[in-house]
Amino acid sequence: MDTVRLRRGLTTLSFLAPALIGIGVFFLYPLLSAVYFSFTKFDLLTVPQWVGLDNYRRMADDPFLLQAVRNTLWMVVVFVPVRILGAIGLAMLLVRFKRGAGVFRTIYYLPALVPPVAATIAFVYLLKPGTGPVDHVLEKLGIDGPLWFNSPAWAKPSLVLLGLWAVGDLMIIFLAAVLGVPESLYEAASLDGANAWHRFRSITLPSIRPVILFAAVTGVIYTLQYFDQAAVAGSIASGQATVGAGISQSFGYPEGSTFTYPLWLYTVGFRYSALGYANALAIALFVVALAVTVILLRRAKAFSGEES
Amino acid sequence: MTLALDRPVTATVERRRIRLAWIARHSIAIALAIMFVTPVAYLVLLSLMTSDQALTSDYWPNTWHPENYLKVFETTPLPHYLLNTVLYAGTATVLTLASSVPAAYALAKLKFRGRNALFLVVICVMMLPPQVVTVPLYLMWARYGLTGSLAPLIIPALFGDAFCIFLLRQFLLTIPGEYLDAARVDGCGEWRTLLRVVLPMARPGIAAAGLFQFFYCWNDYYGPLLYTSENENSWTLSLGLASFRTVHHVDWNLVTAATVLAMAPLIVIFFFAQRAFVQGITLTGFKG
Repeated sequence: MDTVRLRRGLTTLSFLAPALIGIGVFFLYPLLSAVYFSFTKFDLLTVPQWVGLDNYRRMADDPFLLQAVRNTLWMVVVFVPVRILGAIGLAMLLVRFKRGAGVFRTIYYLPALVPPVAATIAFVYLLKPGTGPVDHVLEKLGIDGPLWFNSPAWAKPSLVLLGLWAVGDLMIIFLAAVLGVPESLYEAASLDGANAWHRFRSITLPSIRPVILFAAVTGVIYTLQYFDQAAVAGSIASGQATVGAGISQSFGYPEGSTFTYPLWLYTVGFRYSALGYANALAIALFVVALAVTVILLRRAKAFSGEES
Repeated sequence: MTLALDRPVTATVERRRIRLAWIARHSIAIALAIMFVTPVAYLVLLSLMTSDQALTSDYWPNTWHPENYLKVFETTPLPHYLLNTVLYAGTATVLTLASSVPAAYALAKLKFRGRNALFLVVICVMMLPPQVVTVPLYLMWARYGLTGSLAPLIIPALFGDAFCIFLLRQFLLTIPGEYLDAARVDGCGEWRTLLRVVLPMARPGIAAAGLFQFFYCWNDYYGPLLYTSENENSWTLSLGLASFRTVHHVDWNLVTAATVLAMAPLIVIFFFAQRAFVQGITLTGFKG
């Protein structure tokens, strides 16, 4: 009996060994170092100096932090659901295609293959207020285009638009999930007189619930670490031709509307060289993100029964 | 009697309805396709302008300059970057899959104490902002003298990737337990069950995870910037692209030309891979 259990345990361990080593070396060790640094004054050049909770206290009255938190929250609340709805919509459209499915799939996936920096550049130029191609088209339709990346009210929605455009990777996952639903279920429902919407609600939706959970969790993670697009959009839209040098002046352009938490973290750490404070910000972000994920998984478990 | 009269009428109505739905579906799909392609087409158009025109907000080249693509090869060692990128993305993808699949299988299908706790840890790893671990990890690689090479990017792939494990676990959860029980009753050990039963069924999931990993590595900018920027011999395409912005004052036409060149292999790979992907799905036996 005991040898059976031991053998079982060793088999399980053999499956997990690489991942466990990876977690130790590339996660636990650097994370603990980061926690230590968050209690220090540290600029990479001198030895870290213990300052206790100073870095965490500093967060309480940091106006930039407040703005960054607000923008990031906005992105989580709007961007994550929009991305999921967009991906499901595309998957439901594509699942009906027999001929030409490969071409449409490739075209919808195409944007996800564009390097994020290049994609952002293209979007800022396409959405140039007044003179850009999109505003040209809107003008022909008799619509006054907004200022897009140059307006504080429209900058974040423009980023969401950019994200929706590059939703192909999520779309493919949903497509695989939808295709995995047994055809017989649909046939049975059709015989019972269920229309397309009924079939979607009572067959497709419950079947893809684990994938929706997956999309929600990864979406939150992705949004909380949102950096490249916000940084590049700000610097290009503000008229700076170069991306990289002097980037922090344009962070959050216009009027701080695209200033996200990771942007502030980067500025503090790598522009001001306040690595202690940057690490405190990072640990705080990590803790909050973790809490959100755990809550999501808990709630999902209640209705999806995914622990089979 | 009335039924016999009704049938042909409803059949025509039904056929008309199907045709309308077909037209609606294709119109929406094509309209969306145009919207999805436009920004990419715009990048291509930019790549064919003079560097002066590329700075304006024009979107149609006054004069066409396909030689921009040759200029990219003259000004940067693009084939060399390509080789490094293939090396990084290829090996990292294969190693990541090899180390992540068993872990995902254990988390999805094996019962052991602390399974849920371990799954939470995997999610923690995904949640960790890369900036948090940058400094300690960099110092670690520097201690072993491996900075300036691709090693710090490839070696971690031997030890699984959290996102990949998470993705594969979610996928493996959808495989009915009866298949595994059947294999176990037949006397298969867990490893045999994984290799012989689960792996063929999980092909689409593994293909998806592999593609994501490959595309991620191919476009990865942060990793190569951190570890290889000091040694141009180890640069990847993404770093090469960025060098246009810093070394040469911004020639947007060349930047976009290089971007298009870097994307092209991915588009080809995806076009062919997605067919295998769909085929894998139809082969899994879920369909009925």
